[in-house]
Amino acid sequence: MKPNSVAIVGAAETTELGKIPNTSQLELHCDAALNAFADAGLKASDIDGVATAGEAATAVAYHLGITPTWVDGTSVGGCSFMLHVRHAAAAINEGLCNTVLITHGESGRSQVGRGAFRRGGGSHGGQFEVPYGVMGPPTLFTLPALRYMKTYGLREEELAMVAVVQREWAARNPRASYRDPITIADVLESRMIAYPFRKLMCCLVTDGGGALILTSAERARDFPTKPVYIVGTGESVETPMISQMEDFNTSKAFRVSGQKAFAEAGITHADVDHLMIYDAFAHLPLYGLEDLGFCDRGQAASFIWERNTAPGGKLPLNTNGGGLSYMHSGMYGMYALQESVRQLRGTAPAQVDGAQISIAHGVGGMFASSGTVILTNQEG
Amino acid sequence: MPRAEPSRYMPKPTPETAPFWEGTRAGELRLQRCDYCSHVYFPPRPFCPKCSGRTVSWFNASGRGSLYSYIISHRPMPGFTPPYSIAVVELDEGPRMMTNIVECPQTPDALQLDMPVEVVFLELSNEIHLPQFRPTQVSQ
Ligand SMILES: [Zn+2]
Repeated sequence: MKPNSVAIVGAAETTELGKIPNTSQLELHCDAALNAFADAGLKASDIDGVATAGEAATAVAYHLGITPTWVDGTSVGGCSFMLHVRHAAAAINEGLCNTVLITHGESGRSQVGRGAFRRGGGSHGGQFEVPYGVMGPPTLFTLPALRYMKTYGLREEELAMVAVVQREWAARNPRASYRDPITIADVLESRMIAYPFRKLMCCLVTDGGGALILTSAERARDFPTKPVYIVGTGESVETPMISQMEDFNTSKAFRVSGQKAFAEAGITHADVDHLMIYDAFAHLPLYGLEDLGFCDRGQAASFIWERNTAPGGKLPLNTNGGGLSYMHSGMYGMYALQESVRQLRGTAPAQVDGAQISIAHGVGGMFASSGTVILTNQEG
Repeated sequence: MPRAEPSRYMPKPTPETAPFWEGTRAGELRLQRCDYCSHVYFPPRPFCPKCSGRTVSWFNASGRGSLYSYIISHRPMPGFTPPYSIAVVELDEGPRMMTNIVECPQTPDALQLDMPVEVVFLELSNEIHLPQFRPTQVSQ
């Protein structure tokens, strides 16, 4: 895409986050959308493009009263919203639509009005993974970690440190689910879920949603919000079966998506002020830091251990507290994008002073897919 | 051959994967090899994922490999008694597959990465015999 040609002019999460037992999933999409409308000073009739995942784009558009000229139902897991941003930017530049609404809503905890999520018995996953007793992400997403630990000598204490540092960020965020400080010992003494992963190395399961509104950079000047410009994007997929990942030490989808985004943006790693890496589990930031090129192979754990990503560090990472402490509805990518927008607007609870360039990097499925969005508050 | 509890999840073979499951019923671990480029791959499909060739052949793999990575699940699961391993093995022929490591303690000490493993079959039903792996028995 053309850097700085499209901007985010509306961004909001659901009114509540956490446990929302009286709201069905579709209404979480709409609550977030209405909050984003209020943020941007728009209403449904101003929207002519709709992108969503988790619910059908038809349902979201109809329910909100939108008649779109462009829809995108790309659904590749929790990073789908990064891909929506990328696709929306291209659509706006191509003149397919002017103002795009991207929504997420998920009743991950309360399971209200939510369709069942199960891989059918005849799929490859249903034949060659599910029969081995896998029980969702905690027993799948975690599988590569022991190989990484052997390859690079990663210690359990270092894995625990990822969660400890993110809790430090969460402590600064009133909307975070978990805010009490934790120690490495707390993490290593928490309940074993799937060796080597303990409870505090695994993400939350909560309810919530979020929405974004995008339009051309030209039109963005007329909105009440500070525009956040899209400067680079990437996407890729590798495999729906984690057992078939090419290399358990690195994600191909991360590398392809990240390289594409950096190339589009024409920036270097030193230019990045703020970073969000989708952290469904504690090893995700390690893979993200290395696969995006912020750290050499095997160096991410010591980078975090030395507090480079902690409050006061040179590369603030997952400043909302992340999926480990802030919230995780199931498709967390939207919340990573929301935090990047807040940081660039200067409205984040744990604000990074003077942040100009932020990256929101997402994963979908179990290392199945990836989307990367590089944002700035500087006009092109 | 051990029989599994009836509560276990049951995979459903497709026309493309049926020869694999026919193989496990016969006590064989079958893989596919491309007739053009010799690439060996898994899971089954009627074409080569490397060169896109449509002429591929089934063959019996050695059933031997090594432990690539794993977790030990402590979560409740119908038909399983936690803690149990969910593992990925690298077959000697190249492809990797998910499995359980059985016939050994489900502990980090007993489950060392890169240790040699060999296939065994668990009878889930008359139709489905599930390949699992155990530490390679010292050869006689
Ligand atoms: Zn071939």
